[in-house]
Amino acid sequence: MTNPHVIHAATIVEKIRETADIHTYRLRINDEAERQRYHFAAGQFNMVSLFGVGEVAISIVSDPEEPESLDHTIRAVGRVTNAIARLQAGDVLGIRGPFGQGWPLDEAHGRDVVIVTGGLGCAPVVGAIEYVFRRRDQYGAVKILHGVKTPEDMVFHERFDRWERQPDTEVLLTSDRPGKLWRYHVGVVTELFEMVSFNPMRTIVLMCGPEIMMRVGVPILLRRGLPATSVYVSLERHMECGIGLCGHCQMGPYFVCKDGPVMRYDRIEPWLGRPGV
Amino acid sequence: MSVEGCRVLPSADCHLLLDALQAKGYCVIGPTLRDEAVVWDTITRVSDLPIGWRDRQEPGRYRLERTGTGEIFGVVHGPQSLKPFAFAPRESLLQIERTSNGWSIHPLFPKPEKIALLGARPCDVAGLAIQDQIFLRGPYRDPPYASRRENLFVIVVNCTRALSTCFCSSMKTGPRAQTGFDLALTELDDVLLIEAGSEAGKAILTALPMSPASEALLAKASKRIDACAESQTRLQEQEVLPQALYDAHDHQRWDEVASRCLACTNCTMVCPTCFCHTVEDRPALDGQHGERTRLWDSCFTHEHGYIHGKNIRPTIKDRYRMWLTHKFAAWHDQFGMSGCVGCGRCITWCPVGIDVREEVAALLASDGHSAARRSGSP
Amino acid sequence: MSFVEGQRKPRLGVFKFASCDGCQLSVLNLEDELLLLGAALDIAYFPEASSRMEPGPYDLALVEGSITTEEDEHRIKAVREQAKVLMTIGACATAGGIQALRNWADIGSYKQCVYPRPDFIRTLATSTSIADHVKVDYELRGCPIDKDQLLRVVTDLLAGVRPRIPADSVCLECKRRGNVCVVVAKGMPCLGPVTSGGCGAICPSMGRDCYGCFGPAEGMAKGVGYPPNTASLAKQFHDRLGLIPIDVVRRFRGINGAAASFRRESEAWAVKRTNSEGS
Repeated sequence: MTNPHVIHAATIVEKIRETADIHTYRLRINDEAERQRYHFAAGQFNMVSLFGVGEVAISIVSDPEEPESLDHTIRAVGRVTNAIARLQAGDVLGIRGPFGQGWPLDEAHGRDVVIVTGGLGCAPVVGAIEYVFRRRDQYGAVKILHGVKTPEDMVFHERFDRWERQPDTEVLLTSDRPGKLWRYHVGVVTELFEMVSFNPMRTIVLMCGPEIMMRVGVPILLRRGLPATSVYVSLERHMECGIGLCGHCQMGPYFVCKDGPVMRYDRIEPWLGRPGV
Repeated sequence: MSVEGCRVLPSADCHLLLDALQAKGYCVIGPTLRDEAVVWDTITRVSDLPIGWRDRQEPGRYRLERTGTGEIFGVVHGPQSLKPFAFAPRESLLQIERTSNGWSIHPLFPKPEKIALLGARPCDVAGLAIQDQIFLRGPYRDPPYASRRENLFVIVVNCTRALSTCFCSSMKTGPRAQTGFDLALTELDDVLLIEAGSEAGKAILTALPMSPASEALLAKASKRIDACAESQTRLQEQEVLPQALYDAHDHQRWDEVASRCLACTNCTMVCPTCFCHTVEDRPALDGQHGERTRLWDSCFTHEHGYIHGKNIRPTIKDRYRMWLTHKFAAWHDQFGMSGCVGCGRCITWCPVGIDVREEVAALLASDGHSAARRSGSP
Repeated sequence: MSFVEGQRKPRLGVFKFASCDGCQLSVLNLEDELLLLGAALDIAYFPEASSRMEPGPYDLALVEGSITTEEDEHRIKAVREQAKVLMTIGACATAGGIQALRNWADIGSYKQCVYPRPDFIRTLATSTSIADHVKVDYELRGCPIDKDQLLRVVTDLLAGVRPRIPADSVCLECKRRGNVCVVVAKGMPCLGPVTSGGCGAICPSMGRDCYGCFGPAEGMAKGVGYPPNTASLAKQFHDRLGLIPIDVVRRFRGINGAAASFRRESEAWAVKRTNSEGS
């Protein structure tokens, strides 16, 4: 049986700038045999190590059918990610994984997909969006609703532009606060719900962002007839092991690393946004 | 305890048991007196054991007293459960070295010796079984734990005396061990009743010159063990606990207990089942190599619930609620069992003597609910 | 945070204010690692260790001691201006040290007691931490500091990584070492439950009660700091371990007596003492 503590050296083959403090790191596992063995599902994550510094959980945003090239979009926000931000192509990171439960993209087959994201935490769902667009004919209508606090927080501009040009696709953006060059909606992301129509019986919702957005936003969707079992959310907690052993990522009865990070709404609803959980 | 399987060893011949274990290559570890408590240490002769001593435990207080009798296992337990023997407080996981074309990574494994743990209590054996469930039977088998665990031979001693802090009978883990041991002893005045719980245990028993236990002795043992169970303070309403505790999320009692709780981590450290750990990467000053170590952690630490820029559980109230709710509620969902074995260590070794039984009882009382319970609407 | 760009070795300055030099000695006590440290850093100013005293700027300034004179009030500002990263080392620098006991006393009468010519002594009425005067980037607690912790932090800084300085209770380290709790088994008024670890629980490991030399266990490395529950421990000292109020005051008014949460606790018990004497 494999040792879940072992990390595998992976070389940064490309570092792609998304914003000033967000980069996508394209990794390739150094060891040939491990590279062949490695497979993942969209929405799963790796524990990414910078040797001698520490380890962080980062979702894999590239296509699961090309597991030789592993994209991780990382925002320089903490001790480890700030140190990673100084690395360049050719430098080496360590990875363990893949871990966790990904997005239900098989279940979404043939259905309309509504993607709701809030704030800067939309990286976990980027992989799912790209996955769907690479297989555009296998899915119904796609609606992407994205909210930010201020226009300056808007990231992945090019991606949103590209997504908007996809067939049968709507992209709606909103900012809590207005800005000079902001030509989209002003208000919280849940206000965008009123601006889209969807057939509740053939739609699946993928949501990623602050828990308060999920707690407030999902009931609005449910009141429009969407079954709670058609909503999936991606959660964030402190993770150290990635395999449900270290205890940090608990959320009520769940280990977010093992039972999530993507969870069906009806299962996690009692715990969402609860203080101290 | 079956009539066929149970044998009698005079307490005066206890050294024969040690001899048999040592002959099989075990390092015998048992309770020893140190720093006014008992701690696990090597036992080379019977006199290393705390013969003629008993412990008195109450919330926040532990005292030993001399009884002057020949009782070998008079002390119920000390601060340490069996946890450190399989889930080490500090375990090196990896060694990492920089090489010309990247890094080379070497997993590290403990090289444990064969240990016979003499004098474990039924609650501790149950605690070990819970840890086995977590570290060995989840989606991943933890290699360091597995390697240490495989080398343990467990000799449990059934309890005939309960401390004021004991509640194993409520948690159905004692005072008689049902499973999870290699040998089980019951000390009755000047004899030890011994039965095997595994093939390895049987192999030790065959090496000892012993007679079968009489019906009368077995009845006496049962009577004393039953009396021990009867004398315990009970933790009520096991079946309703998980949902009741989830429902008590807004109970006022959490504020009250938070005013006493120090968030010092002691309860989680002495708990036989708490498994939280943190991982530390330690680089050398030259940046050429490093080591990854895991250390016991606690849900009471500042960083336990920390995620970039915010703390999920910033207050002592959040942390105490997390701990207690995990033990008695979430554990059932996660592992299909309670996370508490009723050993009472969290009560004794809490520096301010918080009694988890009292807290649970208060939380089950219906009058503390806040009117502002979540209504389901945003 | 990056120390220096390019290949230049980072320049280290070690500065002393009101203190016993023990923390600087901890640096010298690094022994073998001191050589590695010397190889990794350019030790530009460290009077305790070397007569070579070069002017700033410094990439890393380690500051020992508290502020007790007007002159030092000015000098610490000059050090701050010369330092890219300023890290305080030890209880004097982080909380005012044992000399902060003067904060609750009359400095005039202290001078009278100690010095034959008190009028020669120019000193402030208080001993205050470095952070009371200038911005501090990192703090290393302890009396003295733990040399291993110092090495960890410097290693991180050299690697360009924000140092991780956990501030959880001494109990965590104490129990990892397999110690028997001295509060529970011996009834000793150990401050470990409310004191930051980092020391490796040395005192309880020797059967002694912790006297709080690493200061209050409050989150300081990350996020908002929540003070430890000193009130509950103090109550236990008084109600169950038999300390009278003045003993509780003295317990908290030690090496880190001026650290905020310890100071508040000792002052609360000083009031109780006055009240109980008055009744």
